[in-house]
Amino acid sequence: MRREPPRSAADYAPLVFPALMLVVFFVAPFSIMIAVSFFKRDPAGFYKPDFVFDNYARFLSTFFGSVLGFSLVLAVMVAICCVAIGFPFTYLLSRCARRVQTVWLVALLSVLSLSEVIIGFAWSTLLSRTAGITNIFVALGLMDQPVALLPSFGAVLTGMVYQALPYTILVLYPALVRLDPTLLEAARTLGASPARAFLNVVTPALRNTIVATLIMVFVFALGSYLLPQILGRPQQWTLSVLITDQAIYQSNMPFAAAMAVFLVLISLSLVGLTLLVGRRENAQ
Amino acid sequence: MSGLSINAVTKRFGEFKAVDDVSLSVPHGTFVCLLGPSGCGKTTLLRMIGGLEEPTSGSIALDEADITNVPTHKRNLGMVFQSLALFPHLSVGDNIAYALRIRGASKEEQRKRVDELLALIHLPGFADRPVAKLSGGQRQRVAIARALALSPRLFLLDEPLSALDAKLREAMQVELRQLQQRLGITTIVVTHDQREAMTMADLVVVMGEGRILQAAPPIEIYRKPADAFVADFIGSTNLLPAEADGAGGAKVLGEAVAGLKLPAGMARASISIRPEDVRIAAPGAGALTGTVDFVRDLGGTIETFVQAGGATVIAVATPRERPDVKVGQKVGLVLPPESCVVLKP
Repeated sequence: MRREPPRSAADYAPLVFPALMLVVFFVAPFSIMIAVSFFKRDPAGFYKPDFVFDNYARFLSTFFGSVLGFSLVLAVMVAICCVAIGFPFTYLLSRCARRVQTVWLVALLSVLSLSEVIIGFAWSTLLSRTAGITNIFVALGLMDQPVALLPSFGAVLTGMVYQALPYTILVLYPALVRLDPTLLEAARTLGASPARAFLNVVTPALRNTIVATLIMVFVFALGSYLLPQILGRPQQWTLSVLITDQAIYQSNMPFAAAMAVFLVLISLSLVGLTLLVGRRENAQ
Repeated sequence: MSGLSINAVTKRFGEFKAVDDVSLSVPHGTFVCLLGPSGCGKTTLLRMIGGLEEPTSGSIALDEADITNVPTHKRNLGMVFQSLALFPHLSVGDNIAYALRIRGASKEEQRKRVDELLALIHLPGFADRPVAKLSGGQRQRVAIARALALSPRLFLLDEPLSALDAKLREAMQVELRQLQQRLGITTIVVTHDQREAMTMADLVVVMGEGRILQAAPPIEIYRKPADAFVADFIGSTNLLPAEADGAGGAKVLGEAVAGLKLPAGMARASISIRPEDVRIAAPGAGALTGTVDFVRDLGGTIETFVQAGGATVIAVATPRERPDVKVGQKVGLVLPPESCVVLKP
């Protein structure tokens, strides 16, 4: 089908509704948040309009810096784990019979219907000392006594990877299904073992898809604030947790807004940097 | 015998028999075309030779060593796929050098071999180009060069020229044949184009419904087809019903044909006669009588469609021997007995 460029104002009509929604529910709240981040906090009330950089200045401390650093590292690790697990899995899935694929995809989609709270508490039970998986290891004779695996960094990472994995697979799936299977066969006829062919033919051929998926999971993980609280220690709380804390419990809207804006800027610049590096490598 | 031998190979996909009890021996250095309509099992057979499918039963041997259970990457073969399957993230040179890189050849060795192969396929200096920037014919050549990088024992091609336009395809057929002759490599090509098979092959293997119908040199397949399917598939032919007349002769379409005999004991048969062997003459004894239905003058050849005894017989003539006929005219069709192939009905 050939798409013709819109000619008259009426051709733009279908855009009115989504544009309106975008303005009302995204542009307006985000602008208000940016404005609030420059307001002054009113300890007696909420905040009063002003134009000060205090909120941003307060953020530039070692404490908030290290929390920001931790949040970024956690998000990067979640992204890498998800792609490292999801990519080979989705590749194998795309080579399965149609019916097997449907069953798996339906199962993965059903995970998406679980709320973050349920996922968090399910994992906190699974990793607990009293009712957790270590009891199974004890029964199998692998361990002497059950231990609590949380709160810990590993528990936070596990929970977040679990939550993000279905998204990862759903994003990778179309690209892997479309991948020409003869690419791999060609590599095999040229003397590459199946594992080697996967690594140096399938993976580089889908480089752009992988980068896009990493960015998506990274952004997704950056916003997570429930799982670190349920599964982690306070040291493992992300910036999102602090933002929630400031906004809701400390009633410091301007500071929360400033942190949120800062987080958006940092993640946007990281994504931009990744794309820039990718483009430069492609050009070579 | 050195070369490839396929022994009673069968491949089932569930209930469906894609390849059914196929045996074939291919002497070293032979150019073989597996020819047949789509779904006849020719690609499956090629993929089994390449190790990309496992035979349900039977065995495949190369130079007297059984390779039935040898994985593809240890078979030392070169394969060109219908989609070509060039690696999109690698340059022309890196695509060609892929097999060498897997074997751990040095950069210098790789460079040297790539230059050699690029010269062989008439694309010198293309090593650093991205494959996306190549034309269809160039991509084709790169795929061939990549498959030949390790001087394989077997060269397999799955409908390699089907993506090219007609002119380029004909040129590439000649080029591929010349390349194979120069390298003396055992080559197996899958095609559904009988002209392609006639142009390139030493041995044409016609397949239908998973079986080999006839395996013979191209001209023999054309002149002496084994059955009606082969006769019809290779070139165009007139398939006409014939019967013994009880006095040692034979009738075609109910009329006696001078000099034509059916084998003893055969009461009914099909006669295959190539259109270029049918001669148009004045109606008379020893010739079938018919009415001209349509004349197609293609410049290089003239095809005359004649209605005779309920069938349409096509006669092809060159402009030099142009038959002087008009639509609706009664004519005689002369079927020279030496050009008639008697087949089972």
